Amino acid sequence: MKKTSKLLALLLIGALTLGALAGCGGNGDKSAAGNGEKSAAGDGFRTLDEIKESGVVNIGVFSDKSPFGYVDENGDYQGYDVYFANRIGEDLGVEVNFVSTEAASRIEYLQTGKVDIILANFTVTEERAEEVDFALPYMNVALGVVSPDDAVITSLDEIGPEDEVIVISGTTAETYLEKNNPEIKLQKYDAYAEAKTALENGNGAAWANDNTEVIAFAIENPGYTVGIPSLGSADTIAPAVTKGNTTLLDWLNDEIVALGEEEFFHADYEATLLDTYGADYEDTLVVEGGAA
Amino acid sequence: MRSLGLDVLWKGKNFLRLLGGLWVAVRISLISVAVSIALGLVLGVLVTGQSRVLKALFRVYLEIVRIMPQMVLLFVVYFGTTRVFGWDLSAELSAVIVFSFWGAAEMGDLVRGALISIPRIQYESAEALGLSAGQAYRYVILPQTVRRLIPLSINLITRMIKTTSLVMMIGMVEVLKVAQQIIEANRRTSPNAAFGLFAVVLLLYFAICWPISRLASYLEKRWA
Repeated sequence: MKKTSKLLALLLIGALTLGALAGCGGNGDKSAAGNGEKSAAGDGFRTLDEIKESGVVNIGVFSDKSPFGYVDENGDYQGYDVYFANRIGEDLGVEVNFVSTEAASRIEYLQTGKVDIILANFTVTEERAEEVDFALPYMNVALGVVSPDDAVITSLDEIGPEDEVIVISGTTAETYLEKNNPEIKLQKYDAYAEAKTALENGNGAAWANDNTEVIAFAIENPGYTVGIPSLGSADTIAPAVTKGNTTLLDWLNDEIVALGEEEFFHADYEATLLDTYGADYEDTLVVEGGAA
Repeated sequence: MRSLGLDVLWKGKNFLRLLGGLWVAVRISLISVAVSIALGLVLGVLVTGQSRVLKALFRVYLEIVRIMPQMVLLFVVYFGTTRVFGWDLSAELSAVIVFSFWGAAEMGDLVRGALISIPRIQYESAEALGLSAGQAYRYVILPQTVRRLIPLSINLITRMIKTTSLVMMIGMVEVLKVAQQIIEANRRTSPNAAFGLFAVVLLLYFAICWPISRLASYLEKRWA
């Protein structure tokens, strides 16, 4: 009796192991990353010619940041960044292999050459520019301030000494206002939902956040207006390549300039962002031909 | 509480995508668990032997595994090996390496603990019965060890299954990542989807871990 149960256990373990191994070898790895041709190492990136020769360009995008990079219900990548990525693949004459990236691993992917291009809502900053090479920008980001329709704030001067401005802790908006407008009283919340409720309850005169966030909020919630759509130093979003990959960088820059002539990014906005941000902010957000 | 947003599950291929993601998680953990058990048994037996060098080496290995967060290990294996050696390991292979590296160390320590918990008298009785050292291991020590190991290793295995969610950091799309993708893609139309989807993910993890835990208690009873 004891022997049979042990045998049974052994068989079970064996079957599990075999099944696992077979599953591993069998079904052609669909899960992004790792497939697609890779560089012959060495310099850590693939030149333009190597990409064209391989027939696949590996592009790192977000897979859960709607409407910039996300996966729809059929498992296909969609969004503003993805629309551009598909065009890059088309103009290079190669297939696009989308790699799902996280904010924290974007630079690492480029530095190891595991992707050729990052198109994941990548904001250009000085620190990052030391690690990777940014191409020309294709989108603007700045801070925005949203307030109720009956007391729209169109400039920071309109905020009275008694008024409080809602911010989410740890965001650029908090840092910016503390640094540049220390006289403004801030009301800090930890989460988006709390800040939203606070504004709706009239706890603060206005809410400052990334302009994409406040614009989307004002569109989804009637009764609120983005009085200041673009505050502070405007940052840009640009594609990035591995540092030193000049052939690919030059090609991308030429591509972005050329696409500007056909107003490609306006078409991109209309196809992917219009539902979320509305037509009013098209020119605030879109950068065409790399010109800020 | 009107809607948990579960309707998004039935949109397009969403549910199939979730199951596909679950398969990725299960695949990685099953392979890693198999490797860990095999290596862990060998390691545990070796470490309870006489060699001090082996003991010291294992100690260092175990401490490394304990100190390093799995995410750091994933980054080291997936990105680090490319930087340093120019290897290009796939995300899946990197994940299996990391989880096996972790599992083998902990499993080895569990085996070591189980082995030394077998009273001295068991070895002596076996010897008195005229069993050779090999026979003593085979018929007396190992069966008792394995029984003590079962509950401990089940903890490790289920922990490994749940930790596979970290592989999203190296670009693999597993069940939790698919859930996040579905939630985000439907953020505007079903803002409640997060609750329902995470509940479904919980059920999926449960569906995987529960049979393992049942199997364990079954074996524990049979071998008691």
